[in-house]
Amino acid sequence: MTALEIRDLDVWFGHAHDRVDAVKGANLSVVQGESFGLVGESGSGKSTILRAITGLAPQWSGTIEVEGQALSGAKRYRAFFRTVQMVFQDPYASLHPRHTVDQVLSETLHLHGLDNIDKRVAGLLDDVGLGQRFRFRYPHQLSGGQRQRVAIARALAGEPDILLLDEPTSALDVSVQAEVLNLLADLRTKHGLTYLMVSHDLPVIAHMCDQLAVMRNGEIVEVMSSETLRMGNPKHEYSQELLRASVAPQ
Amino acid sequence: MSLLDIEDLWVRFPTRQGVFDAVRGVSFSLGRERLGIVGESGSGKSMTGRAILRLIRKPGIVEASHVNLEGRDLLELGEREMRAVRGKQISMVMQDPKFSLNPVVTVGEQLMEAYLQHNSGKKFHARKMAIEMLENVSIRDAERVMRAYPHEVSGGMGQRIMIAMMLIPNPKILIADEPTSALDVSVQRQVLNIMDGLVKERGMGLIFISHDLNLVSEFCDRVLIMYSGRIVEVCEANKLHQAQHPYTQGLLNSLPRLDDKRTHLSVLARDPSWSNAPSVRG
Repeated sequence: MTALEIRDLDVWFGHAHDRVDAVKGANLSVVQGESFGLVGESGSGKSTILRAITGLAPQWSGTIEVEGQALSGAKRYRAFFRTVQMVFQDPYASLHPRHTVDQVLSETLHLHGLDNIDKRVAGLLDDVGLGQRFRFRYPHQLSGGQRQRVAIARALAGEPDILLLDEPTSALDVSVQAEVLNLLADLRTKHGLTYLMVSHDLPVIAHMCDQLAVMRNGEIVEVMSSETLRMGNPKHEYSQELLRASVAPQ
Repeated sequence: MSLLDIEDLWVRFPTRQGVFDAVRGVSFSLGRERLGIVGESGSGKSMTGRAILRLIRKPGIVEASHVNLEGRDLLELGEREMRAVRGKQISMVMQDPKFSLNPVVTVGEQLMEAYLQHNSGKKFHARKMAIEMLENVSIRDAERVMRAYPHEVSGGMGQRIMIAMMLIPNPKILIADEPTSALDVSVQRQVLNIMDGLVKERGMGLIFISHDLNLVSEFCDRVLIMYSGRIVEVCEANKLHQAQHPYTQGLLNSLPRLDDKRTHLSVLARDPSWSNAPSVRG
């Protein structure tokens, strides 16, 4: 089954002569349970695709289907957020500085209309490997990796099927990045999640994803399997260039 | 003779919970070479760079037996003399050009100011120097960039402008603190190549601070690996992958690799003895 289907997606910002076309005619399809990566330089439109799906980029045309349901405009309904959740790049900016971890998760669970909140918060914290002693801490009392775990727990609160991951580890140290990537891989197996992950880091995408799309200037230039990338066989000239730039000559 | 010689450098910050030591007794010397300092956030690598230029703000405290620049102890200079050292003798390129360039002054004026701060001379001469320097960092239409404001140039160009600005007074040492972390991989390499070329050509000493082990092993001669304010290992950059210290090995192993597929990345297991071991001399 197709979890996510995008056809002829255009996303733009501004009007008339100020109009910037951030995404131009993008097509991609993510099978249920698959992990799909989007790579490209800054400004290539990879995050904008995620934002269009969640309704954060209101000006778009084309087709976005989530589990067979077509989306329209920027308005998303409660059922959508029980299916799709997003994890943002910077855990320092995406958590409310004056809410404890408990407040962040309880509020999210409440908004999803779930019961048994107390037990669920405990479950979520265990799920992301934080444990109960972090429950009443504020974000400033947590390290970057721990904050990102809270952000992941928040995304998992509504038991979604699809996670949109926007550079989830680029603000973290490599050792912490390894921990968070392992956690994400485990959660995907455990809950049968589908990932759409954005990163500028080719090794990270190759590690996490089955398929990936290379973007440049708002266009998808190539879709390939991670295996193709690992073998060093991308077809498009630009993908080859990106690959060369990210492999250090030994 | 070494350009810079640092002995037992400490950076301390008094806090409500007692004194926090960000850098704990670091000693190293720098010749006309490219020296990399790597470590995670909080390891003290940036603080070391800033302490050399005495850019640690109060209430932070910098202490050392000496920080000698060609035999002269920088810690004994007055603030006025120190200003003559900054830029002219030792320059620093910071991480993000968005925050290091003045947003309301044109690129040209900022470049000319860097020259006129340290050289008495006519304005047209400063202008000529600025344009020449922009061309040195591979900016093609230097005349147009001179008139541009920082928001009108891209990140990669901004960082090249920063490098140009830092090299105009012709310093002996360049400290580059994560100079390319804010840039895309393809631009990263280009900026580094330019910096590398200029440093070599002028016989400068370079201190390259980064969290990216691969980048450092590629662009430096020697690498210091820092952990919780101390140097835990010193090695030749091209032999970084044969590093002995478990921390360095752990960092290298935690990177996902294109040529090695595995389901789980190895996680760094930290050993408290790493932070207690005495700092290695670099």
